[in-house]
Amino acid sequence: MSRFASYLAAVLVTLAAAPAQAALPADPLGSPMWQRLGKTLFGDAPVRFDPRVRVIFPDIAENQRQFPVAIDARGIAGVKRILLFADLNPIPLAVDYTLEAAQPYFSTRIKLDQRTPVRGAVQLADGSWLVSGGWIDAAGGGCSLPPISRVKGDWAQHLGEVRGVARWGAGGMRIRLAFRHPMDTGLIDNIPTYNLEEVALTGGEGRRFGDLRIEASVAEDPEFTMIVDASQNEEVVMAGRDTNGIDYAARLTPTAAAAPR
Amino acid sequence: MTMIDRRAALAMVAAGLASPLRAAPLRYTIDPQLVAPDLWVVRGVDGPIDGANGGAIANISILRTEVGAVLVDCGPSLRYGQQLKTVAEALTGKPVIRVYLTHLHPDHIYGAAAFDRSIVAATPALARSLETLGPSFSDGMYRLLGDWMRGTEFAAPGKVLGEDHETFGDRRLDLYPLAGHSEADLAIMDTTTGMLIAGDLVFHDRAPSTPHADIGRWLASLDRLGTIGHRTVIPGHGPVDPTSSAAIDQTRDWLSWLRETLDRAVAEGLDPVEAGNLPIPERFAVLKAARYELQRSVAHFFSRIEEQTLPRVDLKR
Repeated sequence: MSRFASYLAAVLVTLAAAPAQAALPADPLGSPMWQRLGKTLFGDAPVRFDPRVRVIFPDIAENQRQFPVAIDARGIAGVKRILLFADLNPIPLAVDYTLEAAQPYFSTRIKLDQRTPVRGAVQLADGSWLVSGGWIDAAGGGCSLPPISRVKGDWAQHLGEVRGVARWGAGGMRIRLAFRHPMDTGLIDNIPTYNLEEVALTGGEGRRFGDLRIEASVAEDPEFTMIVDASQNEEVVMAGRDTNGIDYAARLTPTAAAAPR
Repeated sequence: MTMIDRRAALAMVAAGLASPLRAAPLRYTIDPQLVAPDLWVVRGVDGPIDGANGGAIANISILRTEVGAVLVDCGPSLRYGQQLKTVAEALTGKPVIRVYLTHLHPDHIYGAAAFDRSIVAATPALARSLETLGPSFSDGMYRLLGDWMRGTEFAAPGKVLGEDHETFGDRRLDLYPLAGHSEADLAIMDTTTGMLIAGDLVFHDRAPSTPHADIGRWLASLDRLGTIGHRTVIPGHGPVDPTSSAAIDQTRDWLSWLRETLDRAVAEGLDPVEAGNLPIPERFAVLKAARYELQRSVAHFFSRIEEQTLPRVDLKR
């Protein structure tokens, strides 16, 4: 038997054997990383694919450095955690969002290193996970190109700047935050990993709305949207930290959302 | 598993690998339509660049003059440029003596590789812009188009246009160096027929694309085009406009709506996914690729608008 035939046989045997070992359901997207990533992210917890987890993104990845993705699971009750990940990125996980008092909606922009599945997973109170997503085609290199601010050299001058808006409406308090941060992946020569890694939102009297754990696969100058269960005039406080221990702080005073168009 | 199964599997793999080698050579369909005396347009496909159209999405103009054939833009690839040269010379019975480049985008200019450099012409501003950006589209075009692009390398223009018109025989072409769709856009008026060859400053029934756009400058350029006294318009993309103003007004309408819509989306705290999925007004239903271009425009403009208009909320400064 040639070496290639042996290899092919080994692969086929592995594929045939896999379902018996894994509790993970077969991947509708046919991703080569599904089994391994699923074990890493979900452990032994039950996993189901569920289209009610709406993973929304544009049809075209116009810029592989910053691809916008939204996860909307507001059709599902009792969501306590949301994961955003891209199977074929060198850093697959982008964000791990723990909800305390928030609606299950989240959006940000991620890097894309190649054509990849982009997925959202939401965890329910019983520990089980619901997953959805789709493939997106992308030019290479979103994770392994230097950040624009590194090329321009002005990243340090803007570190700590946060822009944002809080709009109160029927669905809750919508929080939009935009940071300046190089979000270095560590995949570029001589620049170690350096990223915003925690963002926590709290309300009056320190009530916790939700916490983000953030990886360097989130785009440079990271932006986040969350919808928290604040009251109409409640101020929202953001506390964040990056991997060099620098603290970030912001306060958002709500404005009323405009009437529907 | 038996040996035969493995052989069958290997045969399938081998067949899969071999099939592209048997594919017929790729050929563009270049079908010039007469739109005015001695003036033809080769219509691009009114959609995104993809493997089915080989990148031939831009309109190309062919003029016959006493002294030779004049082209405005030349397509996405070496292969296209070569086919275009053959078609234009057969159609006009004259050699191609001038190729104008309207702006930097590769669907309009990568065909220049098929022509003698000395006849390929650009405005000074475009020539400068092409020095740095000209070759930069190559990776993306090869990735999207594969073999359609075979042998294509960016060819810099050999003629820099200092003059405000050029005359070929008795045909005078007025040159309008403008900007807004890109850093340097050229519109050309064929004074004999009153036909404005507008490049990508004007789109018609196809949504405008904005990767290098400055909407304010673009709107100002459209105002300028409204004053030059042309009769009809060949847009960069979409069908010829038999009137002087319909396509110009439609382009202006989309750009104004786009700017206002994105500004409002940022002010309301929407994210870029939501902005790209906002409803598109019914009057734009005739525009092809509208959703696609809206989502691209969100990628081009949204973060910049946020940076300019969202208030600072950090406590440190």
